[in-house]
Amino acid sequence: MPLAAAITDVEQLKDRPELARLLAWRAVAVEGAKFDRGELSVYIARNAVREACAILRDDPELKFNFLSDVTCVDWYPSAPRFEVVYHLFSLPRIARVRLKVKLGGDDPTLESITSVWPAANFFEREVFDLFGIRFEGHPYLRRIMMPEQWEGHPLRKDYPVEGYR
Amino acid sequence: MGHLPHIASLEETGDRTMILNMGPQHPSTHGVLRLILEIDGESVVRMMPDIGYLHTGIEKTYEAKFYQQCVPLADRMDYLAPFSNELGFVLAVEKLLGIEAPPRAQWMRVLMNELTRLNSHLVWLGTHAMDIGALSMMLYCFREREDILRLYEALAGQRMFDSYFRVGGLSMEPPMGFFERVKTFAERFPAKVDEYEDLLTANPIWVRRTKGIAHMSAEDAIALGASGPTLRASGVDVDLRRDAPYSGYEKFQFKVPVSTVGDVFARYMCRVEEMRESTKIIQQCLAGVPEGPIKADAPKIVLPDREKMKTQMEALIYHFKIITEGFTVPPGEVYMATESPRGELGFYIVSDGTAKPYRVHVRAPSLANLQTLAKMCEGRLIADVVAAIGSIDIVLGDVDR
Repeated sequence: MPLAAAITDVEQLKDRPELARLLAWRAVAVEGAKFDRGELSVYIARNAVREACAILRDDPELKFNFLSDVTCVDWYPSAPRFEVVYHLFSLPRIARVRLKVKLGGDDPTLESITSVWPAANFFEREVFDLFGIRFEGHPYLRRIMMPEQWEGHPLRKDYPVEGYR
Repeated sequence: MGHLPHIASLEETGDRTMILNMGPQHPSTHGVLRLILEIDGESVVRMMPDIGYLHTGIEKTYEAKFYQQCVPLADRMDYLAPFSNELGFVLAVEKLLGIEAPPRAQWMRVLMNELTRLNSHLVWLGTHAMDIGALSMMLYCFREREDILRLYEALAGQRMFDSYFRVGGLSMEPPMGFFERVKTFAERFPAKVDEYEDLLTANPIWVRRTKGIAHMSAEDAIALGASGPTLRASGVDVDLRRDAPYSGYEKFQFKVPVSTVGDVFARYMCRVEEMRESTKIIQQCLAGVPEGPIKADAPKIVLPDREKMKTQMEALIYHFKIITEGFTVPPGEVYMATESPRGELGFYIVSDGTAKPYRVHVRAPSLANLQTLAKMCEGRLIADVVAAIGSIDIVLGDVDR
């Protein structure tokens, strides 16, 4: 089966319930959307991600009550450099949505969503450890995988595979 | 991972409490997990897991490998359930490519995935019971695990890290007599599960060590990101094999064991019942393995058969190109979630159109399940910590990657 082209037009996608809910809540917070390989991604403004997560979690029809994953992609050297990726899952509906936040390389800070899902605790610590993204409001933002005194953030693209010698 | 104890993180300890480090070399932490406990006498006031001792940077290594070279690495994360990891990875890449494995390969994948579930649950049961004091359980469980490892060896030549699945299918046909051996095993196995249950389920010591211990409500389990049997034992009826089927799971009939109690005993019962259900899936698999190819018809992605390489020029060229340059994957991203023995195993793969993945992230079920441990143990006795660790069934290779 050949792959269908990705849809990146918000107008075409606005009937999808997840996107419609976010647009109705605050249209300026939605920076874009993409539907590719059966998966919906919504780009959210940096300062709105915590509230967007809470909206999707508490909506009586969407019920995205489970945080599957938080991770990050480094697009170095293009700008904005980082994309923080949230995978939300609805246990009652068995549906998924992906939220993405773009972050510049010089000040990679973002609000923490641990107040929405305590599950984000370890996930955000991992992103902090391996990418150097700071989550404001995280209860315990310290390295989780690497030793405390480690230098650099290994999953960044400008970090050599063999490590600094 | 820190070399200094995180005492500062637990702030000032009170007059009555002290800090106790459990692990990283503690026999009942199932690998190199360190727990920092603040204790008041025998009871745990606060707990914090300290992980990362087994961090091997697999996600970084992926970025430097061709897609086909990534499959053996997937084995090495959750080393008790290698086939589940391989399956998650190959399904994610197949979704990126827009190809599907042929039916015979899908059935073999389901068969091996369920054998892996039995293998993983057997190690869990043996070690969990041994932690609580039922030492002989390990001998019984490892007896059956040995049979499964021999099946792995017959299939792929390896007892643990098989690298048997390929993007687009399987690496080779199962050997002659393989299905008969699996059949013999599947016929004998339910009686063995009865044997385990005879030893434990009504055993008064076992019941007193597990019932009402390390309780977790459904709300807490969902908020903390628990999945798999850990979530189902708290009363949330979700199993991705049934609810979001992949690799042909919709063709099989099985029940999903759920309990509403949410204690160690409930998690034990859920997993034991899962073993019985997995055996049923294996028997259904064996009853109808379809004939046909084991590799998808995608010559630029799947390696050609040896025989064709000796007679066809194209096959030789494709083989050379795949081995030396890898195969390219169209740009995009997918998140593929599968139900591993431990819970939701997700592969998030970003492709930039080259032969190497731009970014692979693994949503490790053990990492998320580990977050529930503090909730389970705080306010309870140290001895119950050991029961709680066993009951969430973490594998540190999966936690740290």
